[in-house]
Amino acid sequence: MHGNDSSGDEMSLVTNRTMDIAVALLLLLVSAVVIYDSARLGFDWRENEGPASGYFPFYIALILASSSLVNLLRALFARHGVDSESFVSRPAFMRVLAVLIPAFIFVAVIQLLGLYIASALFIIAFMLTLGRESIIRSVAVGVTIPLALFVLFEIWFLVPLPKGPVENFLGY
Amino acid sequence: MEEIASLMQGFAVALTPFNLLLMLVGILLGVIIGVLPGLGGANGVAILLPLTFSMPPTSAIIMLSCIYWGALFGGAITSILFNIPGEPWSVATTFDGHPMAQKGKADEALTAAFTSSFVGAIVAVIVITFLAPLVARFALKFGPPEFFAVQFLTFASFIGMGKGSPFKTLAAMCLGFALAAVGLDNVTGQLRMTFDQEMLLNGFKFLVAVIGLFGIGEILSSMESGLNFSGAHAKIRLDAVLQTWKQMPRLWFTFLRSCIIGCWMGITPGGATPASFMSYGLAKQFSKNGKNFGKGEIEGVVAPETAAHAAGTSALLPMLTLGIPGSPTAAVLLGGLLIWGLQPGPMLFVEQPDFVWGLIASMYLGNVVGLILILTCVPLFAAILRIPFSIIAPIILVICAVGAYTVNNSIFDVWMMVVFGVIGYVFVKLSYPLPPLVLALVLGDMAEGSFRQSMLISQGDLSVFFSNWLVGSIMTLGLILLFWPALRWLITLRRSKPQHA
Repeated sequence: MHGNDSSGDEMSLVTNRTMDIAVALLLLLVSAVVIYDSARLGFDWRENEGPASGYFPFYIALILASSSLVNLLRALFARHGVDSESFVSRPAFMRVLAVLIPAFIFVAVIQLLGLYIASALFIIAFMLTLGRESIIRSVAVGVTIPLALFVLFEIWFLVPLPKGPVENFLGY
Repeated sequence: MEEIASLMQGFAVALTPFNLLLMLVGILLGVIIGVLPGLGGANGVAILLPLTFSMPPTSAIIMLSCIYWGALFGGAITSILFNIPGEPWSVATTFDGHPMAQKGKADEALTAAFTSSFVGAIVAVIVITFLAPLVARFALKFGPPEFFAVQFLTFASFIGMGKGSPFKTLAAMCLGFALAAVGLDNVTGQLRMTFDQEMLLNGFKFLVAVIGLFGIGEILSSMESGLNFSGAHAKIRLDAVLQTWKQMPRLWFTFLRSCIIGCWMGITPGGATPASFMSYGLAKQFSKNGKNFGKGEIEGVVAPETAAHAAGTSALLPMLTLGIPGSPTAAVLLGGLLIWGLQPGPMLFVEQPDFVWGLIASMYLGNVVGLILILTCVPLFAAILRIPFSIIAPIILVICAVGAYTVNNSIFDVWMMVVFGVIGYVFVKLSYPLPPLVLALVLGDMAEGSFRQSMLISQGDLSVFFSNWLVGSIMTLGLILLFWPALRWLITLRRSKPQHA
């Protein structure tokens, strides 16, 4: 969907082929886990019960495993060309991490301080560091959005969102 | 003409000031969602779903389906003005829409896109109006084997009609089924694949998956390409609209063909995206101006837009009549029905006629309102795109987190959302398709349930799926679609052999 005009001059970090192999291996691992648990539950025929609990997942996992195996072999023996195209370049990968890592931290902060404070901090930090916006603008957006969410969810629609010590202190 | 009477009743339900207001709000929100990167029809509706819990179901679904129409309309704006498809189904619209905008004919391209969207949607709604009651009545006779056969057909058609590697489609689908199986087994009450982890007891919520896969995944890929918008300013002048409409009747056959492709691909869950590509490809082949395609041919805008909307709209037909959604967004709406306590499927037409016909009537109204609204408000929506991504991205992430949390009031779901975001980002780049994954996650339990019931009825005999002509023919069609890629491969192999010798 996105043009890869930038990948030409930027150093490739991993190729599509490597990622294809990694994903296929990961899916093989998933099917192994499912098969292991289905074996525990049983995939035989039970009197009055029909197929046991593990029956359906077991066969699904078998199909997953075999199609992943095909994908794995195809990636392994792919002729060079399309598949050796860059999956992501180093600078592009850094840009992805620059939003992915803060996203994980954001969720962790929600658990500590509640969603409203976490959102304010996240928006301000994101705009200041990645967006290089001015402090006034960042704080303005960072305060407005959580306040709007608060009015929308807690007051209008009565849907409670996670709150932390600050909201408790203010009496919510 | 029983349908007309029911439809009129539906209009009476839909035409209240409150519902009209919701329609307007829904369309507006939908267009904004369609224009913004990272928010699309499916995850936009998923995020807003919790806000409708306190509304009456009919009003709620009217608003949510209007968000969907709005998102379908909105996708075209970014494709034409900025060459950035806001939605996957508007990728084909960029091929000719953006060149038209570059030639200074942005208003014509937009008018053509919106008009074709409207035509596609209205034709699909008419199909729904007359076909849905028939299908529902027919489906009242369905037993578990028939339901399983239809579900099988649903998934087989992803493989038969998918564009990419069938093995990747299969893998994505099975991953969805495997995730759906996690948690409590409804039949035996045993815990599956929870490994004594308490947070896995409830299984994976597909709404969370939708928000992560489509929302966070999209943000990640937008970040990667270091997004900066630079697009044409657009204002739609009335004479340009009339000028474009004058050209439309000439293209009646393109419209017709695109509608047929769209309705077919929507009802069988091919989805809006392949429908738009297929329609574009066929238009290119059959048009007199075929060689001008890609340089700004109006027909190249009409064909994909008509088909995408016809498909997006008709995807609601199997959702309403059989409880089987034809697209991820339809799946989210189905999730909504279940939350409001409505059981989708043939009984819905019997038990909740007000709801069903109110919804169908709102489809007509919503698209009329949408067309007027969007023709008048394009500059406003284009202005949204000029808000820097560094402001939009964190806000969308926050909204996604709120949406994921409200699905089940659990922080674990927010963690899962980010993880699904990574999966979505990687899968899209490696062309593993996401819709089969989402639909498998939604329908997994249902498909497994009807399979096990069928097995109980027949005492484990697989021939129950061929026990009468109805289930047999659905099953056969499913098998043909399932093995279609293999057949195609064999045919090309046989054809190419003599040439080598």
